Amino acid sequence: MHELSLCRCIQGIVRAHAAGRAVVRVELRVGHLRQVVPDTLARCWELLTEGTELAGTVLDVDEVPAVVECRSCGERTVLDAPVLRCGTCGDRDVVLVAGEELLVAALELEGS
Amino acid sequence: MGRFHRHTDGADEHHHEHGHAHHHDRAPGSPSDPARVIGDHSGYGSGPVRVEVLEQILAENDRVAAANRGDFDAAGVAVVNLMSSPGAGKTTLLERTLERLAGRLRIGIVEGDIETSLDADRLAGRGAAVSLLNTSRGFGGECHLDATMVRAALGGLTLDGLDLVVIENVGNLVCPAEFAVGEDARAMVFSLTEGEDKPAKYPVMFRSVELVVLNKMDLLAHLDVDLDRFRARLADVNPAARTIEVSARTGEGVDAWCDWLLEVVRRRQVPAGVDPG
Repeated sequence: MHELSLCRCIQGIVRAHAAGRAVVRVELRVGHLRQVVPDTLARCWELLTEGTELAGTVLDVDEVPAVVECRSCGERTVLDAPVLRCGTCGDRDVVLVAGEELLVAALELEGS
Repeated sequence: MGRFHRHTDGADEHHHEHGHAHHHDRAPGSPSDPARVIGDHSGYGSGPVRVEVLEQILAENDRVAAANRGDFDAAGVAVVNLMSSPGAGKTTLLERTLERLAGRLRIGIVEGDIETSLDADRLAGRGAAVSLLNTSRGFGGECHLDATMVRAALGGLTLDGLDLVVIENVGNLVCPAEFAVGEDARAMVFSLTEGEDKPAKYPVMFRSVELVVLNKMDLLAHLDVDLDRFRARLADVNPAARTIEVSARTGEGVDAWCDWLLEVVRRRQVPAGVDPG
């Protein structure tokens, strides 16, 4: 359960970029190969921001599916399970091209 | 009460559903206005403003990990981050390791536990410098070690006098995998009693290591565990991972594990790409 740690990191990034401006929404991008539970993240965000200037802000999680690219046949496969194998030719020699994202993508700030 | 939106099908969610661009009957910036998410708001004096950030959530941890790394480099010490579920046998393996490598390597241990000095006490007096890190003391009972905690623990070790530091992480198959601490290599101890499907259930952990020590091999005859099935599951998530079969209890295979540690130390002493001659 490291979502609380992640929320502390997110809070630091949000505060630095908001620079005192009111935050409406925080947009995260989280890959399927990160062991992050979005609902737990949201609950931790509530606990952490309660009573602060970030209370009530929306934590918006864009989940990014894991995608591998095959070195043999060149095809891309969207993974529905954490098995790194080409869906076209079955080769294990694949490169992960998406699914490990863990970032604050954007903030929505209140207008002036 | 915070709100929470999840999008499972990617960024397309945010695209405008209407065919015309930026002609809105609704008030700009109102919750019903699709343009409030992405769009050119420069024409409006008010309304929400979207600011692109694109910053790694773990960037601060990674900065501290890089600082740890700098200290390890300066001291010429190799560092292994050792992870496992609780009770897999990390501490017993380290006891055997210290016995075998006494006089050959100067070893420091960072002992991470949520509570108690039980494991640190077991390792003290076996020739290693031990720095205990209880995550409940000032770190909120964390289930993992992060770079900042390791940095705090390094104060308890004199790096200049060491060849190898083993960081015994908190027993947990999920969280420790997400936090780099500045290590040279990651390994995990997997106990046969845990079941062969664990790599599929904890892919982040099994993907993050270069070595899996299969511990409690002395119990193999008493268990239904299928090692070939385990290896297939491991290859599904991490085809490059090596495995070493060990019984920390009987000492079987511990030499192979110690050889791997010596290899990590050699790698540190001979930078990649340099022929040792």
